[in-house]
Amino acid sequence: MKLFERLRPLLLVAVLLVIWEIAIDLHPGNILPGPIAVAGGILDLLQHGLLLKYVVASLFRVTWGFALAVFIAIPLGLALGWYRRGEMAFNPLVQIFRPISPLAWIPIAILWFGVGDLAAIFLIFVGCFFPLLLTAMNAVHNIPADYINAGRNFGLSQRAFVSRILYPAVIPQLLVGLRVTLGVAWLVVVAAEMISVNSGLGFLIVDARNAGNRYDLVVAGMVIIGFIGLLLDLGMQSFERTKSFRWINSEG
Amino acid sequence: MLLTEASVLGTKSAAKLRAEHLGMVYDRDGESLPVLEDINLDVDDGEFVCLVGPSGCGKSTLLNAMAGFLSPTSGSVRIDGEVVTGPDPRRILVFQDRGVFPWLTVEGNIGFGLSKLSRAERTQRIAHYVKTVRLEGFENSYPSDLSGGMKQRLQVARALAVNPDILFLDEPFGALDSITRVIMRGELLRIWQTERRTIFFVTHDIDEAVQLADRVVVLSSRPAQIKDVLTIDMAHPRNISSNRYLELRDELLKQIGLAYEI
Repeated sequence: MKLFERLRPLLLVAVLLVIWEIAIDLHPGNILPGPIAVAGGILDLLQHGLLLKYVVASLFRVTWGFALAVFIAIPLGLALGWYRRGEMAFNPLVQIFRPISPLAWIPIAILWFGVGDLAAIFLIFVGCFFPLLLTAMNAVHNIPADYINAGRNFGLSQRAFVSRILYPAVIPQLLVGLRVTLGVAWLVVVAAEMISVNSGLGFLIVDARNAGNRYDLVVAGMVIIGFIGLLLDLGMQSFERTKSFRWINSEG
Repeated sequence: MLLTEASVLGTKSAAKLRAEHLGMVYDRDGESLPVLEDINLDVDDGEFVCLVGPSGCGKSTLLNAMAGFLSPTSGSVRIDGEVVTGPDPRRILVFQDRGVFPWLTVEGNIGFGLSKLSRAERTQRIAHYVKTVRLEGFENSYPSDLSGGMKQRLQVARALAVNPDILFLDEPFGALDSITRVIMRGELLRIWQTERRTIFFVTHDIDEAVQLADRVVVLSSRPAQIKDVLTIDMAHPRNISSNRYLELRDELLKQIGLAYEI
């Protein structure tokens, strides 16, 4: 029974793939390649060594852009959340920058960094920075006053207060924010690669279309993007479930 | 002159905890809102004092001022003759809920204030207070795995572990069901009788006050003044069906302005 329940989502995917293939066979044309053609495309990419190369290129950019945003936005957001005056000063600026899509930064990114990895990394950084900043600020606001008062009561030094109260108290919200933002980073990298670089999964999709309408490769690229996005999310989930965060999962 | 006054107050005969002409005025949108007015109160060493009053009258404000979390607008709070200027590990406040840290186990919570102790001492102190509040077997559990009553016991243990002179409790059993609340009162009395700390206990529950306190301080509605201080002249364990108990309870109800017929 348990095995069947686990296999059920996969079964649904299999059924949908079959329907897709049958529909394409019944109405051949240029609407969409069928799953078999897409699988052939993935195989093709593997044989040419492009799949691994492009995946690594995209992940490399995401890692740098995301990590930079994490290391700058989270400490800054925690500090701004704690010192309300700083937040009041910064808030209008944040609210203006936040709704600007990271894609709107593409021309600026190319102007500053040229066509290459740096431009893509910058775009991912911009796309992750504001969500992480706001997550960190809100996480501080949402710390129950009793935790803060209890910390003060036990006479903690400022440093001990940060490491023993502030940091653990914001962790649950930060983890949620990190997971969502990693998803954003993965969305942005594909868009960035379509314009500002000549490798990666985003580039693959544009290139496959431009160089001979290889729609099997276009869809193959989309499928791989989806799979890697899923793996990243699962990775973040298992990170949240590590032993040191055990208390979060059972909270409530 | 001042020095002699302080030393007089610091002598043994002086109160453990003393509020002198304590006043508190809040600023609400530019309008001043007086909350406490000329509160004068002495609490003796080892005494159990309950503070009752109509809801919203400023009980918690008074408690927070006594514990050093709020600075009074006028007057002062002294502990052992020393003016209170902020929170201090020598006097621990126990909150109604959200008091224990969810990211620490039972042991971690009890040991929270003990980082200056040696490892052996800390382990021993934690074990002692795990036993005192009867949480044996839950040493490695997180608060999310504990019931409401266990969490409050844990909070009391964390407070006692740092060896404070005074425990301030802010409606600590207010969020518990009525059966657990009665059990917790018994537990607190047992702990107080063995540990002999000064306890300043805010409650909105008249019965709770009469069951626990040596003296009950009644606040008036806002701006709160001390309306009466009632000595509960009954030894523990108290018979809650006795005439004296009912007399004292009725007296308190009358003080608060509640009819005892519904």
